[in-house]
Amino acid sequence: MALNNYLAERKAARSNSDRPAMIMTHVVCGYPSFDANWKALEVMDSFGVDLVELQFPFSEPSADGPLFVKANQEAINNGVHVDDCFDFMAKVTAKFSFKVVMMGYYNTVFKTGHRQFMQRLKDAGAEAFILPDLPVEEAGELHELAKELDLSPIILMTPTNTDARLKQLASCADGFIYTVARKGVTGSDTSMTTEVSEFIQRCKTFTELPLAVGFGVSKSDDIKFIGKHADIAVIGTAALKAWEADGEQGLRDFFDQLLN
Amino acid sequence: MDLFDFKDGREGYYGEYGGTFLPEILHSTIEELKAEFRKAKEDPAFWQEFMQLMQSYSGRPTPVTHLENLSKKLGGAQIYVKREDLNHTGSHKINNVMGQGLLVKRMGKTRVIAETGAGQHGYATATMAARFGFESRIYMGAIDVARQRPNVFWMENMGSEVIAVTDGQQTLKDAINECLRDWVTNMDDTHYVLGTACGPHPFPEMVSWFQSIIGREAREQMLSSAGKLPDRIYACVGGGSNAIGLFQGFMDDKDVQLVGCEAGGFGPGKGNHASRLAYKDASVGVAQGMKTYFLQNDDGNMLETHSVAAGLDYIGVNPVLVHLWEEDRVRFEAVTDTQVTEALKVTMRSEGLIPALETAHAFAQAILEAEQMSKDDVVLINMSGRGDKDIFTIADALGDDHWKKFIKQKADAYSSEG
Repeated sequence: MALNNYLAERKAARSNSDRPAMIMTHVVCGYPSFDANWKALEVMDSFGVDLVELQFPFSEPSADGPLFVKANQEAINNGVHVDDCFDFMAKVTAKFSFKVVMMGYYNTVFKTGHRQFMQRLKDAGAEAFILPDLPVEEAGELHELAKELDLSPIILMTPTNTDARLKQLASCADGFIYTVARKGVTGSDTSMTTEVSEFIQRCKTFTELPLAVGFGVSKSDDIKFIGKHADIAVIGTAALKAWEADGEQGLRDFFDQLLN
Repeated sequence: MDLFDFKDGREGYYGEYGGTFLPEILHSTIEELKAEFRKAKEDPAFWQEFMQLMQSYSGRPTPVTHLENLSKKLGGAQIYVKREDLNHTGSHKINNVMGQGLLVKRMGKTRVIAETGAGQHGYATATMAARFGFESRIYMGAIDVARQRPNVFWMENMGSEVIAVTDGQQTLKDAINECLRDWVTNMDDTHYVLGTACGPHPFPEMVSWFQSIIGREAREQMLSSAGKLPDRIYACVGGGSNAIGLFQGFMDDKDVQLVGCEAGGFGPGKGNHASRLAYKDASVGVAQGMKTYFLQNDDGNMLETHSVAAGLDYIGVNPVLVHLWEEDRVRFEAVTDTQVTEALKVTMRSEGLIPALETAHAFAQAILEAEQMSKDDVVLINMSGRGDKDIFTIADALGDDHWKKFIKQKADAYSSEG
């Protein structure tokens, strides 16, 4: 519920600004380092992003594209542990005004234990979590715990889902819905076409929650397109590419062309 | 006993193991596959078609061979082997692959992808794709490409594109991740031919079903050739498909001991081996689409694994076998690289058979135990694959100077070609 209220406020605030959509960005914890993460978050905060996904690195990131695969792998090689991610998350939520969403793979949660993981998320100040490899059929107990602790499970809707499935997904969702604009893994280009807008429209018939649009957002036109049809633009790979190319300044320039 | 009626639990679960843990984008693809598989399984004509194909194309039924010399040499139980090595492409992998190929035809898809470790499954998939006229792409860890070049050669020459995967540990698990990435992009025309009885439901059930042809044949054959059921049955376990394939034929024969032989690598200790159940280094987790035992750390990140046999070098294990292990129906043992080399040598010398390095794990354990058993006892080994493909690895393990000299000459000849 906390996240729902926050998003409603941010949405209202945005109607007086020239920002076409709310913005959710992404960092992989500990890649290239926690210091670099922090600097990236300062840049993101300075551009007034609304939400940030903190990805807990996993050794088998099968839904991620090449750049995030490498990021996950190197973070683990750097010795990043789940404990470090929670510590970092607590620092981030204490300092910044954007809200934090945990992103990762289900095994990280499973190995920690459902209750313990959810409690630690709560204690670290997260609002929500995204586990792309946990289907709703398997998520019953975890979602109950989330409800108890006022954490939002973020559900993904995809263009391959039937209407019946979208309805089922909507019934499990809270906070916002992550709509996957296209098939494939993170990081490849998506052209923002009528196909995408029709899919978003189809999602809207099943939920009143805000819709985030992910996968391949990189240009200011993408943000405008998303603002017209949905609520939240998700910026993942493109931002990491900018950081890889030119560090802090690269990231700043990237957001500048994207948002200003 | 039907392992797959899901009477007492949720569909796709064996005890608490199994399930379907996949990104939402594949939900409808998996549903379609489940429905098509269910239809095929309930249609006797489908199994008939499958049997005929395996007969005419792969040489089934494969025989059972009595290893008289080896049995005599050890002075214990009579050793029999089920000759899956005599299949076309040299291993049991073809059973599953041709079965899935028939399903792909039914689903009207035109492209197949597969992961491969030792290369046997990739090789079989390339064969199937050529035969059925499908486009095909095989993902293989870069390390496995390096150690199994002969299989890569055949895959490419049968028209498959072989992609060397450089992520992660560059072995089987990473090839599976890469297949999942391909599949979430191309599911409309593409079927993922998973090679072992692992991954999300319905794969463990489906692969087990196609591989059950091994056990069905073997039970009959043992009754007619040995005059009795075996006392113990041995199969190597990487993902577990040849083991579950053979074991299913004897599931209701409570006196038949079922023994799964895992890769003990250098021996116990995290990172030294790929033994999920026989050693105590693995724990329950969820990855690669299923809940089962994985070699992983406390954070749930996967450990390095090691085995001389690429096909056993895997972090997880068939959830059905885990359930049967917990029920004390299947016993698990680990066999080290050194034991494997010894078993291979003795089998070649005494019987003129060359088991694959994977298969040699089952031979090693059977040899160890047969020696202690009585002459009236009978054991059966699943000879899941032949070792010709391992010529480079085996030559290294045996330190064969003639082979080294040949390779040097060959290399010199190629380099003088410029």
